[in-house]
Amino acid sequence: MAYTAQTGPTPDSPKTNLADASAMPLIGPTETFESVTQNIGGIVLTQKPPRSWFFGAGVAFILLMVLLCAISWLLYRGVGIWGINIPVAWGFAIVNFVWWIGIGHAGTFISAILLLVHQQWRTSINRLTEAMTLFAVACAGLFPLLHLGRPLVFYWLFPYPDTMGLWPQFRSPLVWDVFAVSTYFTVSFLFWYAGLIPDLASLRDRAPTRRKKVIYGILALGWRGSAAHWQNHQSAYLLLAGLAAPLVLSVHSVVSFDFAVAIVPGWHSTIFPPYFVAGAIYSGFAMVLNIVIPIRKIYGLENYITARHLNNMAVIMLATGMMVTYGYVMEAFMAWYSGDVFEQSMMANRAFGPYGWIFWALILLNVILPQALWFKRIRTTPATLFFVALAINIGMWVERFVIVITSLQHDFTPSAWRLYRPTFWDWATLAGSIGLFLTLLFLFLRVLPMISIFEMRKLITEKPGGRA
Amino acid sequence: MIWRSLDELAAVPAFQSARHNEFPPGATEPPVNRRDFLKLMAASMALASLPACTRQPIEKIVPYVKQPEELVPGNPLFYATAMTLGGFASGLMIESHEGHPTKIEGNPGHPSSLGATNVLQQAALLDLYDPDRSQTVLNHGQPSTWESFATAFQAQMQSVQANHGRGVHILTETISSPTLRSQLQTLLGKYPEARWHQYEPVNRDNAFAGARLAFGEAVEMHCHFDRAKVILSLDSDFLYGHPDNLRHALAFADGRRAQSGRADMNRLYVVESSASVTGSNADHRLPLNATGIARFAYELATRLGLMAAGSPSELTPETRKWIYALADDLLQNEGTSLVIAGENQPPDVHVLAHNINDFLGNIGHTVTFTEPVINPASQIESLRDLIAALHAGSVETLLILGGNPTFTAPADFDFPAGLLKAKSCIHLSTEVNETSALCEWHIPQNHFLESWSDGRAFDGTVSIVQPLILPLYAGKSAHEVLDVVTLGRSDYDIVHDFWSQKMAGLDFEKNWRQALHDGYFANTRLPEKRVSLRTFQITPVAQKTGSLEITFSPDPNIHDGRFANNAWLQELPQPVTKLTWDNAALLSPGFAAKEGLANGDIVDLELNGRRLSLPVWITPGQPDDSIALHFGGGRSHVGRVGKNAGFNTYTLRTSDSLYIGRDVRMQKTGGHYPLVTTQTQHAIDSEERQIFREGTFADFKADPEFAKKSSETPIETLFKPEEFKTDGYRWGMAIDLTACIGCNACILACQSENNIPVVGKDQVSKGRIMHWIRVDTYFRGTPENPDMNHQPVPCMQCENAPCELVCPVGATVHDKEGLNLQVYNRCVGTRYCSNNCPYKVRRFNFFQYADYHDTTLKPLWNPNVTVRSRGVMEKCTYCIQRISMARIGSEEQGHKIQDGQLKTACQQVCPARAIVFGDIGDPKSAVSKLKANNLNFSMLGELNTRPRTTYLAKLRNPNPQLTT
Repeated sequence: MAYTAQTGPTPDSPKTNLADASAMPLIGPTETFESVTQNIGGIVLTQKPPRSWFFGAGVAFILLMVLLCAISWLLYRGVGIWGINIPVAWGFAIVNFVWWIGIGHAGTFISAILLLVHQQWRTSINRLTEAMTLFAVACAGLFPLLHLGRPLVFYWLFPYPDTMGLWPQFRSPLVWDVFAVSTYFTVSFLFWYAGLIPDLASLRDRAPTRRKKVIYGILALGWRGSAAHWQNHQSAYLLLAGLAAPLVLSVHSVVSFDFAVAIVPGWHSTIFPPYFVAGAIYSGFAMVLNIVIPIRKIYGLENYITARHLNNMAVIMLATGMMVTYGYVMEAFMAWYSGDVFEQSMMANRAFGPYGWIFWALILLNVILPQALWFKRIRTTPATLFFVALAINIGMWVERFVIVITSLQHDFTPSAWRLYRPTFWDWATLAGSIGLFLTLLFLFLRVLPMISIFEMRKLITEKPGGRA
Repeated sequence: MIWRSLDELAAVPAFQSARHNEFPPGATEPPVNRRDFLKLMAASMALASLPACTRQPIEKIVPYVKQPEELVPGNPLFYATAMTLGGFASGLMIESHEGHPTKIEGNPGHPSSLGATNVLQQAALLDLYDPDRSQTVLNHGQPSTWESFATAFQAQMQSVQANHGRGVHILTETISSPTLRSQLQTLLGKYPEARWHQYEPVNRDNAFAGARLAFGEAVEMHCHFDRAKVILSLDSDFLYGHPDNLRHALAFADGRRAQSGRADMNRLYVVESSASVTGSNADHRLPLNATGIARFAYELATRLGLMAAGSPSELTPETRKWIYALADDLLQNEGTSLVIAGENQPPDVHVLAHNINDFLGNIGHTVTFTEPVINPASQIESLRDLIAALHAGSVETLLILGGNPTFTAPADFDFPAGLLKAKSCIHLSTEVNETSALCEWHIPQNHFLESWSDGRAFDGTVSIVQPLILPLYAGKSAHEVLDVVTLGRSDYDIVHDFWSQKMAGLDFEKNWRQALHDGYFANTRLPEKRVSLRTFQITPVAQKTGSLEITFSPDPNIHDGRFANNAWLQELPQPVTKLTWDNAALLSPGFAAKEGLANGDIVDLELNGRRLSLPVWITPGQPDDSIALHFGGGRSHVGRVGKNAGFNTYTLRTSDSLYIGRDVRMQKTGGHYPLVTTQTQHAIDSEERQIFREGTFADFKADPEFAKKSSETPIETLFKPEEFKTDGYRWGMAIDLTACIGCNACILACQSENNIPVVGKDQVSKGRIMHWIRVDTYFRGTPENPDMNHQPVPCMQCENAPCELVCPVGATVHDKEGLNLQVYNRCVGTRYCSNNCPYKVRRFNFFQYADYHDTTLKPLWNPNVTVRSRGVMEKCTYCIQRISMARIGSEEQGHKIQDGQLKTACQQVCPARAIVFGDIGDPKSAVSKLKANNLNFSMLGELNTRPRTTYLAKLRNPNPQLTT
């Protein structure tokens, strides 16, 4: 064992003992090695998917088709099908990109940082959140490509040996983005896959049909569960966690540079990197909750994803939400304090201009509603928590809209000011990207164990009373 | 098989046979083992992924079999010609590449051009290549031939010869062409009973009527703004709408522009009924309804002491104060003041203007007179005669040479119904329009760049119109149509014969060649004419209080409707309103608020029982009780561009209210129509932005550095401080905001020079107009009567360009001469550069805007400028193709490019010479001198962008009596 777990808390009924969150159990009291493997592996191997899976996957698939239509039309006609213009040359595509990238951050935060700081409660949700990270980054990765005027030459942003000796222009934050996002995707994928290997082997061993055996067998990469395997696996897993952890901070910092490096009032701000990172984790946890709360209900996983998990995530949301709020306050304060006419005018326009109602919607969704999380009852009641998380998810999308659009719409030269109005295709692309995300998620739920089996079993060994 | 070239290989018999027999019977694939197969697959994958390395196929083109004289492929040739509008010729210099004209410039030697053009002349080039032009003779709408027309026409004229041409009517537009007038005279001599009518909706009837009343004869007034210190315009748009606008603009700007040691500056007072280009340049502007302007002129004359006060004054205290100050100013500048009345104003106002000029001793100094260049007979009466004949059914043959009277004639004339009563009707026109549709014969008219003709400039200078290209279609000129019944010559012979007879002499051919080279016959200006005033009696029209009036004026872009199918003009933001693609009812902010109207709300206007529904546009500076309408829009028989563009206001315009309609009733309909504008914000929200700097001439004299006061402090930098201080050229531009009149000519010159596509109304409404240079208009002051400030904004070519930093692929970079370059081939279209451009001068191809497919439009393109494709960013390049051309030329001759030898398109076209471009490294260059001026400032210079384009702060010269 490369790390030693702390002594686990006493399992108890989630309904009791609300006063002390750390006292709430991480795993149901009745779980055994066998039951864990059966319950989690069974969802993939033997159980028929519940009716709601078919319904959800169907909706997701329809939205995915919407995305394909939107992309086809986009490639055929050009980015003019969107509402972008001069001066607002970036619209939904960039808003969506930042939003999706941000959502991914919770996954990495949970699986890497919480692993390194020995937070055991991460175990039951890390697989799902890592998958969420991957899918969110996949969605995010689409947008920088699609928003190019000439998407077929996207590879010019990569440093490849060009016959004319041309390189990307390394001072541009968009090039940094390319590296940040591709690194993020690669590391996230490896980390997720490395974590999957022992479970894939379990599935292989329990697969009821020949075909499943072969497929899971190939994916398991010959895992036999020997001590040497575990030794190597744990080192690799920790190393990857070590690699992934700084990415939580760096990726969204780099994304924020897209704005902070520009001279546009409302973008050009040193507070952006920490403010973006906090926002990313904020929205990421909101998305985790929006996914986990229905899943634990439908698949009956309350024993693995307990009220304590919900509570912990809510607390993190509350904390990052306060950081984000601080960011909003500082943006407004600095606009005034700087004495800079352009900043002041931008801020006044942001709050009281034509998009003012969107700004106040942002304040309601991201600042006021989440204050409900101060109440433990709300934090531990799945329905209310789901609602607050949903508000935060929408709020964080709105935040990016406010940053991207209201800043561009009202910059230095008044004669050029012009409003931005999203078109049908803007909305279709946003809805379609949600479709892609959900489709990948539903496929994941169907074919891979959504909770890490081996890590859950480890929790059982470590809980007081030892092996069941 | 060893071979040295593909040709040689192709000649080898073995290859020949193999080529004919590529797949011989029984052939099998050569055996491939697994290794080779994988190698081949890998290689083809690698090749497939490197399409950029593919060598393009070589396409050979056939060189000239007979090389045209003087033509070096790749080098353009320039020919002088002229364009006539409203009868007046303006000299042009046309750039021609391998036989097709690509750019219109002004003719520097021509008195009506002085090297500049206005927007209509710039855009005329697009009309030449208009795919919707009339291409063939039509008989009752069916394609026919010129020969069958000629036969029919000759037969018709023969049949009327017996009764001396009775029943033959010829309707022309305003004609100054000596050749055409002599042809008409010949024809009328042959058919003495035939009648010639002249009508064009934009005419000088009121000016000539006023001159007749004042002097007893129709004379033409010529203004010399360069000699005037105080100028008063009574609803005259002399900088934009007047036939001599280009000369006026230069003279007016010369009396104001920033010069070192300037002791005084002219002062412009404008009283006007609708915000015009001239009004936007006023030091004092007074919006009054058109009826009130006559009253104003009357009161001014009274105040000056020209005549005794008549009826008690009805003026408001503010207007009275204005008049008193103006009168004092005029009296202090006797002999150096100038009063001009607008063509829209009734003859009385012209009479008053002449009398005031005479009283102030201006006649002979700032104002001179000549015989008119055009036939001064009243055009509306001329058309009235024709209508009477038409409705009486006495018209056998009606020959309409140009124009579109069905569309443009006053509504009460019911011209279409009359036209149908003519036995036979022939219409010569460049397009199949409303009139052609009702005529028996339609003859396609040659564009002026395809035909020979002549014309006279406003000052009388005879200008030769010579073609640049053979007619693209089966077109004919007016000369050829008239010659059908006499000699049947070509237009060249007609024009050449006329002048050879007129200037018979030994060296006519030499003179002719010289005239073709220069574009005009030297010394053909009309001599100054002495005039004497007659006594006059004027009683101003009493104005009913609370009555609403309409004013009619030609559309600033599409004129009387003839340019409706010109996409450049339709998309050009109209001066002041910045509307594109439509006309609207312009109302004042106060009136709109009172009626609860917003931009685009549709109203019903009723004038003399005629009704029209059109949207409104709220225009600051419009008088409260006056609605301004432009005529020319809303054509029904028009090409693809002009379809559904604008509203036909001719339907309200009757012969008794040609310019001013009184007692109008307006009703809100509740409907809405999307009007499209390129500038949504006309106010600078904070003075501290310092985007536009202005001051008064008095401020400037007191503190010459006032424009610098608030300016950026020079920012010290350790980062490559000497980066652009090289020994070579350092290109820069200075724009004098005092001189700029806001006429938009630079926008169209740039569009024509740089192959800038038109995007259409829908795309303009989305904020995707492509113009590389725009003219921003900022209002300052009250919405009722704001100061208007024009600011042309091209790329600033920042030395420290924010756009370059953020481009991920290095598609926008700096060259060593300080140009901020855009590499279209490299651009992937992230649009980040535009976001980071504080001036928002970058333009993006959101769709495939440039038309790659219409072969008719291809010769229009400047071959030296890339035609951009979808998904790339573009922007002003300081006309880099012109820089290269000048560099090549000067390097051949072994010297540096001389100052003034190289002009950007916007600079060359500017009638006020407000734009100066050149080498800022040369302290003696014109641009360096301007930049050394105290008024020079950098727009948004505090951002440390170090722009190469700088501005000279605008100076106004208000009357101290009115400012306190």
